[in-house]
Amino acid sequence: MQESLEEQDLSLESTTPRAATPLAIHMQGIHKRFGAVAANADVELQVAAGTVHGIVGENGAGKSTLMSILYGFYQADSGTIEVQGQRVVIRNADDAIAQGIGMVHQHFMLVDTLTALENVMLGAEPHWLLHKADALVRSKLDALMQATGLQVQLDALVADLPVGDRQRLEILKALYRGAKILILDEPTAVLTPQETEHLFKVLRVLRSQGTTILLITHKLKEVMGLCDNVTVMRGGRVVQELPIAQASVEGLAEAMVGRKVQMGRLDAEVRAAGDTLLSVRDVLVKDALNVVRLHGLNLDLRAGEIVGVAGVSGNGQSELLDVLSGLLTPDAGTLTLGSRTFDATQWLDPQLARELGLAHVPEDRHARAMVMDFVAWESAVLGYDSLPEYSRGGWMSHTGMRKATAALMERFDVRPRDPELKSSKFSGGNQQKLVLARELGQAPKVLLVGQPTRGVDIGAIEFIYSQLRIMRDAGCAVLVVSSELDEILALSDRVIVMNQGRVTGELAIKDCTEAGIGLLMTGGPQ
Amino acid sequence: MDEALFAAMLASTLRVSTPLILCSLAGLFSERSGVVDIGLEGKMLFAAFAAGAAGAAYQSTTLALLLGVLVAVVLSWMHGVACVSHKGDQVVSGVAINIIAAGMTVVLGIAWFAQGGQTPPVSPAVRIQALFPGLQEAVSSIPVVGRVVGEGLLSHNALVYLSLLLVPASWWLLFRTRFGLRLRAVGENPQMVDAAGVSVTGLRYAALTINGVLCGLAGGYLVLAQSANFSANMTAGRGFMALAALIFGRWRPVGAFWACLLFGFLDAAAIRLQGVQIRGFGEVPVQFIQALPYVLTVVLLAGFIGKAVAPQALGRPYSKER
Amino acid sequence: MNANYTLPRWADLVLLPAVCLAVALLAAAGVVALVGQEPSEVLSVLVQGAFGSQRGISYTLYYATTFIFTGLAVAVAFHGGLFNIGGEGQAILGGLGTGLVALWLSNSLPAWAMLPLMLLSGALFGAAWATVPAYLQAYRGSHVVITTIMFNFIASSLLVYLLVNVLRPAGSMSVESAAFAASAKLPGMHEALAAVGVEWDASPLNLSLVLALLASLAVYVFLWRTQAGYRLRAVGSSQSAAEYAGINVRHQIVIAMAISGALAGMVGMNEIAGVNGKLLLEFVSGAGFTGIAVALMGRNHPVGIIFASVLFGALFQGGAEVAFEVPGFSREMVVMLQGFIVLFSGAMVYVIAPMLAWVLSKVLKSGVQHG
Repeated sequence: MQESLEEQDLSLESTTPRAATPLAIHMQGIHKRFGAVAANADVELQVAAGTVHGIVGENGAGKSTLMSILYGFYQADSGTIEVQGQRVVIRNADDAIAQGIGMVHQHFMLVDTLTALENVMLGAEPHWLLHKADALVRSKLDALMQATGLQVQLDALVADLPVGDRQRLEILKALYRGAKILILDEPTAVLTPQETEHLFKVLRVLRSQGTTILLITHKLKEVMGLCDNVTVMRGGRVVQELPIAQASVEGLAEAMVGRKVQMGRLDAEVRAAGDTLLSVRDVLVKDALNVVRLHGLNLDLRAGEIVGVAGVSGNGQSELLDVLSGLLTPDAGTLTLGSRTFDATQWLDPQLARELGLAHVPEDRHARAMVMDFVAWESAVLGYDSLPEYSRGGWMSHTGMRKATAALMERFDVRPRDPELKSSKFSGGNQQKLVLARELGQAPKVLLVGQPTRGVDIGAIEFIYSQLRIMRDAGCAVLVVSSELDEILALSDRVIVMNQGRVTGELAIKDCTEAGIGLLMTGGPQ
Repeated sequence: MDEALFAAMLASTLRVSTPLILCSLAGLFSERSGVVDIGLEGKMLFAAFAAGAAGAAYQSTTLALLLGVLVAVVLSWMHGVACVSHKGDQVVSGVAINIIAAGMTVVLGIAWFAQGGQTPPVSPAVRIQALFPGLQEAVSSIPVVGRVVGEGLLSHNALVYLSLLLVPASWWLLFRTRFGLRLRAVGENPQMVDAAGVSVTGLRYAALTINGVLCGLAGGYLVLAQSANFSANMTAGRGFMALAALIFGRWRPVGAFWACLLFGFLDAAAIRLQGVQIRGFGEVPVQFIQALPYVLTVVLLAGFIGKAVAPQALGRPYSKER
Repeated sequence: MNANYTLPRWADLVLLPAVCLAVALLAAAGVVALVGQEPSEVLSVLVQGAFGSQRGISYTLYYATTFIFTGLAVAVAFHGGLFNIGGEGQAILGGLGTGLVALWLSNSLPAWAMLPLMLLSGALFGAAWATVPAYLQAYRGSHVVITTIMFNFIASSLLVYLLVNVLRPAGSMSVESAAFAASAKLPGMHEALAAVGVEWDASPLNLSLVLALLASLAVYVFLWRTQAGYRLRAVGSSQSAAEYAGINVRHQIVIAMAISGALAGMVGMNEIAGVNGKLLLEFVSGAGFTGIAVALMGRNHPVGIIFASVLFGALFQGGAEVAFEVPGFSREMVVMLQGFIVLFSGAMVYVIAPMLAWVLSKVLKSGVQHG
């Protein structure tokens, strides 16, 4: 690298534009609040034309919000956007498309029963007669595919296309609409390594043709391999912006994760964990599109220990919880709970899990943990209606259930203390406390918790943490999955880090450092 | 097979199938756009009443057909207001339309014509006659096929031929035009269509309008071509049979057409097969033949004779999610 | 549509159905006026006809009995998350079951054995007719709405076939079965009341009303007091939460429909055992669809269903009276009103509810929660 480049401003808040390179995108002073949460706070983004620009950050860092503002899904509360040097107002996706901005979403927007070509032209058909439109679009697409190296079978039904092809189709769609600026949201989440390489080849060709690419990702290795410049976001702000030549995976990881006041709990009591209460071996999970979600995962949960699962969500943590709780049968693997062992032909089920002393606080409170239309006491017995204190001979004891619920509400400070109130009327924090009360109230031996404080107000957070610690101290094996690294570090005795369906690292709490964890979360050491 | 019988069967099959074909195509457009249509029966019934009333009152075929179509379109739009604009339950709305039609047609009929719910017969001048009256005679002398072609194919009225033409026309509209492409897309993935900048509501209302026109024609046919007047509940479940045919035809125009022909054939055959003995089995009960279209549809839905995959977004109200 | 207002519980359960009913009545009144009748006159004759005499009340309650059964059937299915449009067919099969067992055994068994057997048979036949579509939905993904509609038609064809070809006594012209022996007849209400010294005019009203009320109680207890009912409601509210709770969703779907079908099947006790004493063609005649209207109006709650059933019974009975007294009126006006009720309580409720919530918020100012 030239001396002159290295002499450029290396401060963390580097905002001087790269000399003489025109900016494809310049977003300034972007603020966006959702209720009390500042999703974007005074964000500035400068993207040089004809470059691949990476935007990295954890969940909730604000990168998706920023891109949604750029693509017109949201309007910023304040701030300006300039595209190719012109000040613009983007009110919806159409405006964005008109400005030459195209977006490839994480969840594809395709119609399975139509062909690839039909999906591309939908909404922008050049003629009302399809066969004429077909010919026009086909010639344009053939040229496009030639020029970029993006190959898709135009006459194949999308339902028959593999995932990699579908993504290429999404990119083609954007390019067909004249996108000169392409936003890719976590594009490699569903791709195999080969498909990822193929994608990068295409992106490099596009870059050489002058297309500007914004890559939202948390995979730092990819950023280092592909991007020209990178912006790091954390907590709604830009914390670092620099050319890739000056970046390193470790540096980016540290910036992404940030300095935590309570990092590592170096003074944590060294606990002797007890017996292994739950273990899984070689768990393999594939989803409906045949993408592998868990690659032969192994895990042990020991009595008297909180194991925290760190990682950006979408890396297999949800599947892990579903497998451990019996909601999902894996394609392969074994599970041992207490004295019983299960394999893929006969897996654990939620009912049996509870009988064996396993409790599960689900990630999705609204869809799983409670029945929103049920009143509090009805939700408070969900999964446990067969217990003798709740039912006898198929008959539900209302008094028994109400009393128990009132007691649980008292113990866990659920407000208002009204067992007859509809579940949906409680605040997020109180709903979560009720769910915890229900699960903890059964004194389980193994406790699985997903996103314990999502949507929970500050006041309840410490309470929930203390309850989890009490369980641990009583000899329970606790597993906490959270996309908030702070939370994992505050609670865990042992931290495992997941990335792309694998455990990339396992550390005792006193060995945790920002750099170390950040690295593991984003793909492992270089 | 006896030429005369064959000719007669062909003729009656086509005549009986015509309202089925029209209603089935109506359902096709609605359901392909994602809106369930249980109300085909009610719309056809109300349109028949309107056509019968107008035909008797104004002695004009055109006006009768027009009013029938208008009434059916209004009902389709009402379905749209409840379900597309306001996320109401599509099945309940369809059931409501059927019940309202059953009641209101008789109420209005009695009030306006005082004939116990019937409308007076329309005069032969208003009724839709055979389109090519002389042709049947002309070809009947051709050996072998003359009778069959003459009576079976050429003796019908304009609406029968129109309904046959509407099958390839619907196919063409659905699979060869931009509108059809968008319509098919909105029944599978309305989010995608919305993101592509096309109005989901607009497409669905367009589909419902086509649906109303076709149901209106079906109802008009019943009164102006098949019978000569409206009588209470004259649709007798044909709207549901058309729905069954649509599903049996796997939500495709040509498939629905063949299913309608099959069901129409069964209907026409049911009467003729009464009293006929089948070797080793005995007499085929007419009720069995009448139930056969419904049994076949259930068997198909259960997946025992291939799969019928409904449009993915069928029955789910669309709301913009962000 | 303003999604920011939700209705307080009392308004949702009582006021909203009342408002929907009022709108439906207005619509019907509009049509009535359009055809030159006096809506108020029609209404007063109707009310008089339904409640103004012993005979009127009896007929009202007799109709209501059938509607309670079909209404409960729809409601139980709704609580399980399913729309059961097949009540018509299930009622036919139930009547068939009741009648067949009566034809077979009524000469040999005394009433105390016969009647429960008929009830059981009716319920089982109805349940079976609902279970097939339920199984197809749960295990093969066939949409239960379509299959139950098909099964309605198949059921009526089946009934016609059996009556015409199998059950009709030789030489008889009418399409009905032979009459049952006396042991297969449910005592009429007038007989039961006479036994306790109360004089009451003879009418088709029979003890199956008591059965219907007991069934309502049983449904209430089942849904809200038993584990099985709890699980059924959980599945109906949130399949994902039910899965999490370890509840077998497919089982619950089949169970919900089976119970629903069994309830619809009890119509046979009213019409076949209670009134006709033989199997005939028209003993359901749309009661399955009225059941939908009743369940919608009654907000799927047994108490609401009883009230709504009486309302519809009154409409049917009162409607018949009006047809006698007011020239130009026909019973189809009641059918039309029924359709309007289904429309406004069912499909258009999302149009009416926000408007009501807005009005309430203006009137009460503080009583309405923001949703």
